[in-house]
Amino acid sequence: MLTKTPLLNETDISASTGGERMSRADKEFKIVVRNLSFYYGKIQALKDVSLDIQANKVTAIIGPSGCGKSTFIRILNRMNDIIPGVRVEGKVMIDSQNIYDGNVGAVEIRRRVGMVFQKSNPFPKSIFENVAYGLRISGLIKKSSDLGERVRRALVDAVLWDEVKDRLNASAFKLSGGQQQRLCIARALVIEPEVILFDEPCSALDPTSTAKVEELIQNLKDKYTIVIVTHNMQQAARVSDYTAFLMLGELIEFNKTNKMFTTPSEKVTEDYITGRFG
Amino acid sequence: MLKEWIIEKSLIVAAMVSFVIIAFIIMIVFRAGVPLIAEVGVGNFLFGMDWRPEREIFGIFPMIIGTLLVALFSMLISVPLGILTAIFLAEVAPEIMRNILRPAIELLAGIPSVVYGFVGLMVLVPFIRTHLGPPGFSILAGSIVLAIMALPTIITISEDAIKAVPKSYKEASFAVGATHWQTIKNIILPAARSGILAGVVLGSGRAIGETMAAIMVLGNLPVIPTSVLGPIRTLTANVAMEMAYAPHGPHRQALFATGVVLFIVVSILVVISNRLRRGQ
Repeated sequence: MLTKTPLLNETDISASTGGERMSRADKEFKIVVRNLSFYYGKIQALKDVSLDIQANKVTAIIGPSGCGKSTFIRILNRMNDIIPGVRVEGKVMIDSQNIYDGNVGAVEIRRRVGMVFQKSNPFPKSIFENVAYGLRISGLIKKSSDLGERVRRALVDAVLWDEVKDRLNASAFKLSGGQQQRLCIARALVIEPEVILFDEPCSALDPTSTAKVEELIQNLKDKYTIVIVTHNMQQAARVSDYTAFLMLGELIEFNKTNKMFTTPSEKVTEDYITGRFG
Repeated sequence: MLKEWIIEKSLIVAAMVSFVIIAFIIMIVFRAGVPLIAEVGVGNFLFGMDWRPEREIFGIFPMIIGTLLVALFSMLISVPLGILTAIFLAEVAPEIMRNILRPAIELLAGIPSVVYGFVGLMVLVPFIRTHLGPPGFSILAGSIVLAIMALPTIITISEDAIKAVPKSYKEASFAVGATHWQTIKNIILPAARSGILAGVVLGSGRAIGETMAAIMVLGNLPVIPTSVLGPIRTLTANVAMEMAYAPHGPHRQALFATGVVLFIVVSILVVISNRLRRGQ
């Protein structure tokens, strides 16, 4: 149990890593997903997905539109809970704790698993208050000097500090699109989560801003476990260590990114990443 | 092409007719009322304590106070109740419940005011008289009736404002570990603030402009009240009560002058409401 023998290593593993290895896998991966199915009412959006996400690595989720990739990462912080009529089957373990156990609160999970959305969505508040929000509602920070320092650190980590330090009280809407997205990243970082989910974070950004965010994601993996959804194949190849390919709600292939993009084991993966459909 | 021309011109005519009618009404009210205000003096008219039309003393201050007090107290009841209901409908209520409650509340707005007044007269006034003290016709009775009448406006406009808050704000708040109530309090309500205020102002406009229900439960004495259990007369009630006894002369002019004051007060509220709704 104590020796680290990763489930994912140089030899490729397919998506069908079975439940029998789970007890070992629990300890070795940040997030372990087992036999996960998800339903919107009667429509099944995910079918029996099992995969393991390593700590301090970037795991990309790719696949054609409607394949369930956004649904998948929104399961990891229980964001789908707010949609009425949804149902989850299977297990999602974070540090061996099933986040869908009855006694686990969604609020607590979301403090541990942060999220950055497809469209930057700052609050209609000042730059400072946008970042400070997560700390204020947690009620953990009492002194305003501590609050200021935590906000500054988050903005530094999100590589936004130098651009906004002189106008922290300006409205967040005054920032450019790329800056707004980095502000949203700072807002996620400030509460020091363990995992950060990115749901197509660059789909609305220009190439320069995209490059900045991608570089930022690379730097963040030292501290955080990162899962990123993208429909941009080059982006997945650039930023991720592991890639999962989903199609029609099923996990087709899960592998090291460089393996996936050079010698995929499934024909359909190859067709997708070479742009034959999607 | 001719058809287009006809449609376009008839639209212009329709708009002009509505506009001209409204302009005429305003003109008549002002022409009849303003000379009396000028004669009595703006200060004496607005701040005069006595209303004795038989001796040609026209002071509407008690009625201005009465109108404002009833509006204030009814808002104290209807604003918290209305906003909380709107939050419940927009954020908490299950779909089925909303689909029943929302039309029911809209229906409340369609009930004629005389019905509200009648229920107030038959139920509320005797209740206040026996349990809290005579006469029963009181600011309290009027405030409760007008609060209920203002509720549909406040609820529906506030609910629309809350629903219009982008879902992405809500998700962003949840994503940093906010509870539902924290999200409502810190993100949704501030973002919906201008719309909610517009509903509140429109609702209070209704409370100020309402006549029939007010007459039926307020007691209609043109005095400054000493308690919420005392009777008062509103500006609208003043016009409605006395118009039959004032066929001509300064008395009639004084009633039109009351209308001028009402018109100005309600216009100000409408302007405020429109500005708030545009989020200024």
